[in-house]
Order: sequence, then structure tokens, then C-alpha cells
Amino acid sequence: MRGEHAFRHHTQQKRAMGSIQTHGLRKVYAPPTPRRAKGAPPPQGVVALEGLDLEVNDGEFFGLLGPNGAGKTTTIGILTTRVMATAGTAFVAGKDVIRDPVAVRRRIGVVPQRPNPDRQLRVLENLIFHSAYFGITKAAALPRATALLEQFGIAEKAEAKVETLSGGQQQRLMIVRALMHEPDLLFLDEPTVGLDPQARHDLWDILRAQHKAGRAIVMTTHYMEEADALCERVAIVDRGQLLAVDTPAALKARAPGGTLIEITVDGDAAPLAAEAKTLPGVLRAEAEGPVARIYAQGGGEPVAALVRAADACGRAVTNIHLAPPSLETLFISLTGRKLE
Amino acid sequence: MTSPPIATRTDALWSFGALLRRDVRVMRRELPFFLLRVTLQPLLMVFVFGFLLPRMNFMKAGYAGALLPGVLAISLTLSSVMSVALPMVTDFGFTGEIEDRLLAPIPMEFVAAEKVFGGIVQGLIAALFLLPVARLIMGPVAGLSVASFGVVLLLTTLGAAAFSTFGLWLGTAISPQQIGLMFGVFLTPLIFFGCTYYPWQGLTVLPVMKYLVLLNPLVYVSEGMRAAITPSLPHMPLALVIVALVAITTLFWFLGIRTFRKRAIS
Repeated sequence: MRGEHAFRHHTQQKRAMGSIQTHGLRKVYAPPTPRRAKGAPPPQGVVALEGLDLEVNDGEFFGLLGPNGAGKTTTIGILTTRVMATAGTAFVAGKDVIRDPVAVRRRIGVVPQRPNPDRQLRVLENLIFHSAYFGITKAAALPRATALLEQFGIAEKAEAKVETLSGGQQQRLMIVRALMHEPDLLFLDEPTVGLDPQARHDLWDILRAQHKAGRAIVMTTHYMEEADALCERVAIVDRGQLLAVDTPAALKARAPGGTLIEITVDGDAAPLAAEAKTLPGVLRAEAEGPVARIYAQGGGEPVAALVRAADACGRAVTNIHLAPPSLETLFISLTGRKLE
Repeated sequence: MTSPPIATRTDALWSFGALLRRDVRVMRRELPFFLLRVTLQPLLMVFVFGFLLPRMNFMKAGYAGALLPGVLAISLTLSSVMSVALPMVTDFGFTGEIEDRLLAPIPMEFVAAEKVFGGIVQGLIAALFLLPVARLIMGPVAGLSVASFGVVLLLTTLGAAAFSTFGLWLGTAISPQQIGLMFGVFLTPLIFFGCTYYPWQGLTVLPVMKYLVLLNPLVYVSEGMRAAITPSLPHMPLALVIVALVAITTLFWFLGIRTFRKRAIS
């Protein structure tokens, strides 16, 4: 414990470029202030973050994984100076996001959840003016913008109005825009939501290339396979709290049992779960409504026995789902809930 | 802070200039619509009250000159309010387009200050466009001379500043759903009780109103224009008008920057 503390202290002092340290980050959103009756209790704020401690290393590809409402967007908001933390500290690229937001903004690139290009400007103008806000002259910005548009496959749209771009093209424009001022750190908030599979994999390739070029990337997602495929380390967050943080491989190793067998029956699954615990090869079993979750050693060998057990309990099986050891099985074991 | 403060300041000014260039680019594209928007109503007023009604003998010809200060006041204040309030409502609205500018490496107050500056410029353009056109339609107006032009320019700038900061507050304080309300409930009474069609002294006929309208910033712009263009008509002292407009600008800058910050940072 002491060693861990000393390590944290050391890295905080170092405050290397491209790294993030947060300590006890808490965010409570003020409640809406409608007229309330006399004597009614004061409305409670919404707690989005409950004391978050995070460390992101130099040049790391870091994922924030969690369901909607877990606090991922709030975390990104605080780190990108758009959300004011209620308590705690946060350093991005060695700069305090609360005391020195301007210095933080200089070092980061932000790709929003929904594309928000400047609709009154054309595609290339979006990039030139964004660069100008960062003190880059048009002469310096133009070749870079042209090269990036080319690389991202939207060069032919340079003079187009932004609303003529497809969703995927707008998403890519947002990434190009974020890269114009060569940030140390790139933040992406659920960048692949709403993209078709092809566009999603294209985006993955783009992000991998950016990471390879030495850029730190912090990305939120609620897709397990995305975090698994891209991130060097993943933080699992739920209800404003950090549940686990490690490499995807290490996290998967922590998932209980080998395979998760989910059996849905036409009634309460509790008797089936109780019966399942007696079967060989079953490590753990639990029930939630009509769903029984059985963690089994190895593969799906107990399935046949489980179906017979359901029969014996007087339940008909309506669905069987097998999940190999994954971040998903870990998430379910940590929270008792599925991600989506 | 690792970088020297001088460098930061220069960068912030550069970014401010970039924000301004962006607005100029957007405005240049919309200039015809902009001129139409801000001057159609005053031009119609000048035409009806300054040209048609006198010809019909419904009105003494002198009223046209009396009308010009108010028409000018309406035109420049409306264009200033709208040039700040409308982009605020839409940019902070569903699209969130302003985010890119809020993530620029400058204090967020600069983004608000740039919009106010742009609002003043648009108020000036509106007034300077309207003046010669009014002169064409109404014929010579006694007080409208080269000498009074400097005062008109000063009052236009101050009035535009007061209404740009007012627009900053209005545009960030109301939600996009209430934008219709902004025109109907806010701006219309402002115009009718802004001493635009009558001098403030005339309100002696209704003393309660005479002092209530002092809360309306437009009163000072109208009265100031009256002092500059039609000094023979009753008007407030110019010094009082200037002090009031500076005070209003200061008040709404602080109110506006507060609501702006609330929208910019959650």
C-alpha cells in the first residue's frame, strides 16, 4: 500500500507529457431548479462521479469502459476543461485542468460524441479556422489540412458544406480537426456509436496509426470488443466508480471461470441456478429473473446437463448464450448487469 | 506556468483575431440577408411615417425628422442584439457548434468578448447603412450634418455595446425553445416603450410610465440620437445618456458572462 502511494506520488511529480492523473475526482450535477412547494426537501443533485482515481501513462491507448450513465462522458468533460469538478484534482499533460485550463486545451485534441462541425463554414475552412484559434497561420495549416483530408479519404469534400458529409465522414472530419494542432493527447467520446461496421474498422485503423505515431489516446466506449481490440489498458467504470483497471488480458484473466453460459427460461431461474451449482465443472451460478448465469470451467460442456436440469425444474429453455472469457464476462461478474 | 505571460497574451490576441475573422467570413456570406433583416422594418417605418403619411396629410411633415432618431436606435440595437443572441442560442443549442471555439486555448471570456465586439460592428454597419437611405427617402434632416456625425457615431457605438452585451445575456439565459418568446415578449415591448416614436419628455402625460421606461436601455439610445440629430426636440442631456449606456453595458457584460460560463462549463 505504501509502495503504491509512493509510486503515485512519484508520477504526480513527474507529470510527464501526455499523461493524466486524477485524484478523488467527484462530480455532482446541480438539480434542475423548478418551483418547489414550501417545506419540500431540497432537490438532490445527480452524482456522476464518486471519487475517481485514474492514471494514464505517456503515449498510452487508454479505454474507459462502462454502460450509459457510468460517468465516462463526465470524466472526459472534466479532463477536457468543459465540466467543472465538484471535488478532487486532475492533471492533463502536467497541467491542472482547474487552475490552468488554457494550457490543457493547448495540448489536447477532442473528438466529441456527436459531430459538431462549424456548419457555417466549409470543410476546409473548419480546419483552417480551428488551427487559427490555436495560433497556426493559414500558410502552415493548409498543407497539413490537405494532407490529413487526403489520408482520411475526404479530400474531395474540402470545399463542400459540412452538412453534405455523411455521418462517418463528419466523424472523420472531427478527428482531422482534433489533430490539426498536433495534440499530445487525443480524447474520443464513444467515437464509433452510429457507425456501420466498415466505418468502425476504418476508424480503428486510424486510431491505431495515431497511437503508433506516439500520441496518447483516451477513449470511452460501451463496446467490449472495441476496448479489447484497441486499448493497452482499460478502466471499467460503473455508477461513477472505478471497478477495475488493467490490461485487457489481465482483466479477462480476472473474469470468473472460463465460459459464461447464460440460460433464459420461461420463469424464475433461481431453482435452475441452485441446481447448476451441483454440476461438475460449474464454478459459479446465479439467477436474475428468468436468466441464469453459469460460469463454467473450459468451454460449454455443461450445457447439455444444464438443459436437463432446467427440464427437471419444470422450466423450458427459451435462449442459450455462450460468452468466452472476456471483458463482458468480467463486467457482468463485477456489476451483475450487462453492458448494453 | 512554463510559458512566459507575454507569449500567452499574444497567443490569446491572435486567437481572438481568428474568432473575429471567422465571424467576418460568415457575415460576408450573409451580408445581403443581414442588411435585409436589420433594415427592412426601419425602412418601412421611414417610408410610411416619413413619406406616405405626410403626403396623405395625416401627419405634419416635421414628424419625419422627429422619427429618424428612434428608427436609427431601433435598427442598430436590434442588429446588435440579434447578432449576439441568435448565434448564442443556436451554437449552444442542439448542435453544440460553439464547442470547438470553447476548446480554443484562450480564456472562455474571450469567446464571449469577441461576439460582443462583433455585435458592435454589426450595429455600426446597420446604422451607417440606414442613415444615407433614410436621407434619400425623407429628404434633408436638419440635425443630420457632418458635425453631428461624430456624436451619432459615438452613440451608435455605445448603444451597440449596450445591446450586444444585452444580447449576450439574453442569448445564454434563454433556452432554444423560448426563442419565439424572445422576439414577441422581450423585444417588441422594448421597442414600443423605448421612446422611439416619441420623446421621453412626452411621457409626462403618464408619470408612472415615464419613470418605468428608464429601465429600458433603448430609451437612452433614442434620446441620445435625438440629442444628436434633432436637438430642437426635447431630449435627455447627452452626458446622462452616455453614463447610462456605459453603466448598462457594464451591467449586462457581467450578467452575460455569468450565464455564458454556466452554458460553457457544466
